[in-house]
Amino acid sequence: MIAAGAMARPLSRTRVSAVRRAKNRAFTAALWACGFLAVLPLVFIAAYVIARGVTALNLSFFTQTPQPPGLPGGGIEQSFIGTGIIVGMATLLSVPIGILTAVYLSEYGRGRLAATVRFVAEVLLSTPSIVAGAFIWSLVVVTLGHFSAIAGSLALTVLMWPIIARATEEILRLVPQEVREGGLALGLPRWKVILRLVVPTAGAGIFTAVMLAVARGLGETAPILLTALGNDFVNTNPGQPTDAVTLRIYNYAQSAFPGLHTIAWGGAITLLAAVLLLSITARVLSSRQQSRVG
Amino acid sequence: MAAVGPNTRGGEAPPVRRRRFRPGDLVFRGSSGVVAVGLLVLLALIVWNLSANGSRAFSRFGFGFITGREWNALTNHFGALPYIFGTLVTSTIAIALAVPISVGLALLVNEIQVGWVRNPLTVLVDLLAAIPSVVYGLWGLFIMAPIFDKHVEPFLYRTVGKIPGLGVLFHVPVVTSTVVVAGVRHTQVVPQTAGGDLFTAGVILAIMVLPIVTAVTREVIAVVPRDLREAALGLGATRYEAIRMSVLPYARSGIVGAVMLGLGRALGETIAVALLVGNDASIHASLLKAGYTIPAIIANNFREASNVGLERSALLALAVLLMGIALILAALSRLLVRRTAGLIERKDASEAGSAPALQVSG
Repeated sequence: MIAAGAMARPLSRTRVSAVRRAKNRAFTAALWACGFLAVLPLVFIAAYVIARGVTALNLSFFTQTPQPPGLPGGGIEQSFIGTGIIVGMATLLSVPIGILTAVYLSEYGRGRLAATVRFVAEVLLSTPSIVAGAFIWSLVVVTLGHFSAIAGSLALTVLMWPIIARATEEILRLVPQEVREGGLALGLPRWKVILRLVVPTAGAGIFTAVMLAVARGLGETAPILLTALGNDFVNTNPGQPTDAVTLRIYNYAQSAFPGLHTIAWGGAITLLAAVLLLSITARVLSSRQQSRVG
Repeated sequence: MAAVGPNTRGGEAPPVRRRRFRPGDLVFRGSSGVVAVGLLVLLALIVWNLSANGSRAFSRFGFGFITGREWNALTNHFGALPYIFGTLVTSTIAIALAVPISVGLALLVNEIQVGWVRNPLTVLVDLLAAIPSVVYGLWGLFIMAPIFDKHVEPFLYRTVGKIPGLGVLFHVPVVTSTVVVAGVRHTQVVPQTAGGDLFTAGVILAIMVLPIVTAVTREVIAVVPRDLREAALGLGATRYEAIRMSVLPYARSGIVGAVMLGLGRALGETIAVALLVGNDASIHASLLKAGYTIPAIIANNFREASNVGLERSALLALAVLLMGIALILAALSRLLVRRTAGLIERKDASEAGSAPALQVSG
């Protein structure tokens, strides 16, 4: 491509008409404008969240439960604990089943069934998060008669399972065939080859996939709203309604009290920091992994 | 993706001699197979559960559920038209704004030699996908919406709003006030643009779907064979002509796929829209007035509906509607992207169609 460009350039100097050259310039300028417009929101969002959020951060923000509106102080400790419980349980659930699905797709699956599972996993990536929430609400919450952290993590699992499955499958496919052949040639049974050789070789990549899925889970609001509902107090019983940072931000954003808005921005900056940290680390790890394999 | 091994395809499975029976293999293979099939069961369960519970509303109101305009838990009458309308309008705005920018960005990154800007550009746009929707909502509500109310929307009202026909989209009620300054009467016309509206919600949605549309478009553009561009350039075409004549025609159906995927995401987005759309179930031509969407009504009404059978059924009917549309769009999108790849590399069609899941998962 570079060679072609270099060859085309001198030609374009001499032979290309002014109109065509102007069109090309205008087009290139338009593309740059698109690039500029696309980056603008991230910069603006990050800048405002940081500017408004830092003022809310202090020790009691993380260690106290909310004060009645209007009173100073108070924090959203229960939200951090709740998010930890809900996302933690969802991760514990979705990581094993996601990896097993990926192992099936990459190592065993053949023919129509595997193709169907792969296609369904891809399509499930587009499940609207509110639908995941409504599904668990109807299946679990309405049936049992109360909201709970367990229901929240089930709703997140619906979203995280396909993410981990598809991403891990891609990673497992990058493991060189020689690793499998070597293991089998030594007489290891297939399951041991997969568990002891293939999966560990892909370890860093699988970790990356899990981080991206956790980042997604951390940021979800709608599915948790419909299933875990929220709570003003610290709750560690997974069978009870539980708070989450995203829920708190959502509720406080709609409140009439400016003090609560500040706390919402505080929640936003911690959430954004966690999610961006996970995504950036995942990106760095995966690019390092790719350069090692390729 | 080039390094995909032939591990399970192409009939070149590891040459293994007939082995002795290994229970471990059977168990592991069986359990991974069962879990993988579980994903199919999950999809079936979602569709079945939602439609079984939503069927009460469907059978009670029939087609009127889609065309009815009244949503009233007291009279037990549920019609979803305003929500369907709001969902379609906000998503359409989002797509109309996001797609040109996404395609432009994808072309910029893949086709123009942009040097060191390339990496930061792709990373920053991908990071947009990582921002939680509630953060978009918070930012939109307190930062973007006030700017839109004060500057952008009055501007649209005064400019595009005056164009006959098209102007209907940007009409708002106005308050006329008369001020007397130094004996001269000044009449001020102030458009009432405060509060949430379809346009603001559409713009935030556009930002939110930008990364996914860009990622899929890039994936599609990347598989257009290099010789096509080089042939065009070699014949003396400018970069613009090469893109228009040899890249875009090949990528077209794949870009449509990207649009569909983005549309599916926009339709299902809940929290940011619920904070910005104004939550007013009405139908009108103006984009600058408040509306309501399907995900927003589900998120706002599920509490009361937990105990009320018919409204619960109506909400779940909306959820199944949403899931159905999202699934169809996602499936069509995958098929279109896959077809684009398949057109070019026919022999490896099924392989090339698989998305870089790391990007698409956002």
